Amino acid sequence: MNKRLPLGLGFVLLVLPCSLLVAFTHYPAIKALVNSLWNNSSSFRPSRFVGLENYRALLEDDRLAQVLTNSTIYAICTVPLAIGLSIGMALLVNSKLPGTWLMRLSFFMPTMLPLVAVANIWLFFYAPGIGLASQILSAFGLPSINFLGRTDTSLVSMMVVAIWKEAGLFMIFYLAALQSIPANLKDAARLEGAGSVRVFFDVVLPLLRPTTIFVAVNALINAFRLVDHIIVMTRGGPNNSSALLLYYVYEVTFGHRDFAYGATLTVLMVVILGILAAFQFWVLNRKAHYQ
Amino acid sequence: MTLRNNTALALVAGGLFGLQGAAVSAADLEFYFPVGVNAPAVETIQALTDEWAAANPQHNVKAVYAGNYEETTTKALTAAAAGDPPQVAVLLAIDIFTLIEEGAVLPISDIADSPEEQEWLAGFYDGFMNDTKFDGKIYSVPFQRSTPVFYYNKDAFREAGLDPEAPPKTWAEMIEMGKTLTKRDANGNVTQWGTRIPTLGLGGAWLFGGLVVSKGDVLSTETGTEARINTPATIASLEFLQQLSAEGVMAPGGISWGDTPKAFLEGQTASMWTSTGNLAFVNENATFDWGVGFLPGGDGPGAPVGGGNFYIFSNTTPEEQEAALDFIKFMTSADAAARWSIATGYVAPRPDTWETPVMKEYAERLPQALVALDQLPHAEREFATFQRAKVTQYLVEAIEGVVTGSKSAADAVTEAQEKADAVLKDYR
Repeated sequence: MNKRLPLGLGFVLLVLPCSLLVAFTHYPAIKALVNSLWNNSSSFRPSRFVGLENYRALLEDDRLAQVLTNSTIYAICTVPLAIGLSIGMALLVNSKLPGTWLMRLSFFMPTMLPLVAVANIWLFFYAPGIGLASQILSAFGLPSINFLGRTDTSLVSMMVVAIWKEAGLFMIFYLAALQSIPANLKDAARLEGAGSVRVFFDVVLPLLRPTTIFVAVNALINAFRLVDHIIVMTRGGPNNSSALLLYYVYEVTFGHRDFAYGATLTVLMVVILGILAAFQFWVLNRKAHYQ
Repeated sequence: MTLRNNTALALVAGGLFGLQGAAVSAADLEFYFPVGVNAPAVETIQALTDEWAAANPQHNVKAVYAGNYEETTTKALTAAAAGDPPQVAVLLAIDIFTLIEEGAVLPISDIADSPEEQEWLAGFYDGFMNDTKFDGKIYSVPFQRSTPVFYYNKDAFREAGLDPEAPPKTWAEMIEMGKTLTKRDANGNVTQWGTRIPTLGLGGAWLFGGLVVSKGDVLSTETGTEARINTPATIASLEFLQQLSAEGVMAPGGISWGDTPKAFLEGQTASMWTSTGNLAFVNENATFDWGVGFLPGGDGPGAPVGGGNFYIFSNTTPEEQEAALDFIKFMTSADAAARWSIATGYVAPRPDTWETPVMKEYAERLPQALVALDQLPHAEREFATFQRAKVTQYLVEAIEGVVTGSKSAADAVTEAQEKADAVLKDYR
């Protein structure tokens, strides 16, 4: 039964995935590293080797400092909030309340929409004066808020969009996890006199841990990976208050056509993501145990 | 690839249209175009392209809608870098320095070298030709050109007791009239602002150029190596923006370009500063009596010109370049430009277009369309330098920093000027 795969066939089977991995992951990463050591070429002057000069620019770039701060705040806020919200929604749709199918559908709806479409919808929500948010505020007699036009609200507005968009997907994972928790564990806890809050925190939540770690990893990756809504809604503005790292990489590379500095920023991003990935795998290996 | 297609096409075309003879060489054109306005632009471009293709069956042309201006430039430059450029594209007039630096475009004045063609090139409004030149050569042909104008709600003017035929001409009048036009509800919340000048992003930077022009200065010159961000005119312009919101005439904070026409149509603002490219959209959707005037100015009228021009790309065959030129001539011909102008509100770039019956009838029906043309002599080039995207970003940051209250006008322009000079010093 366990027949050994001939070496040649194994090699052939590996060629496709390996070449894809090399072509789209390893080669670009190494190429970015190489490009980051050169400056830009133009028809006026050729590219020349500049060593670590681009990295020195990185340290002096106050815009980058702002972008990194934004990205950190964005990740720290969106990940736990998306997790909390999706657990709440999963509990709700897993309950015996009437109309759970409708709730499931409406909670999952944002996930099905492309982020660009979501961003355009929210653009109208946020529009001062005419948007839904303004109308709700004015129904309570409050002045309308220029959400995307103020430096203190633009990033928060972006986070709300991201959480709204992502929580539905994570809810599905939690729903699956909740339904796989054996009822007898909860029954046993109740027999021992535990209230429903106690049951949730001492029985349900620990059993959800593998899901939580999985979701946290995905949410963190998405916090760096998804910038469509920034491009559609604020283009990083006003005054860079909503610019995230990947958006900055995009703008520098394709907007400014500064490929050398774009490559340098890409290397920085790869390093940051690499560190996060290493940390997460370490946590995963230690804390998560799958049956 | 392109070469093979050409040969095949030439054979087919030659077979079908044997009469045309061997002198007409076939070309396979790819034409990238952006859409920057709320108008049925794609349909009109496609229809015009199809007409040219029908009239020139020996050629083949594919019109590719490539997104907004920035996306179109990115796509065209990326395709050019990969060795497969579009033959012809409509890109921002101000991208000229970027395109030249990348060696992506050819001087059109070299391709259009016959006397008739030179005469044709000379037939565009000077206001639109200013930013097509570099080093004595013409690199682009005006197509979807616009200037911003002042749109105002005449009903709101009447309601406020103002003369609906006398829009504000100066900044002082703008503030005075704006105060009367601003309406508040019982809670003291504003339900209608006096005016709305987009201040965010590239649209904000474009309009800002108009403020500076009206103070008698320019943001950049034809050399492409000079950014004049720190001048008395820019500081005065920023202070005018600050004053508008301090006096309660305009909403505080940054104001987005995209929401502006909608806010105007919904009555959230009694007036707005935006592109003539929105004329058709406002005309179709306004439920009130509206008018258009020159942009109110600091020391006199002033506006930036903006919009997109035709470019012909390098790394193309002479046949393709000739066909592209012929295509451009068709698209800017009186009839085509009239249809394009009426469909969108862009200012037709040649006087002969305004002489056509259909355009005269349009101007009679929508006299607002003439305002931008009358304003043209007071318009100056839009901010453009080498490394435009990067340098403009510094200007955008300065404007956004000031309107959101994070920076003072003087600090903002000093910082932006330093950064711009650091980039541009390599080009001087």
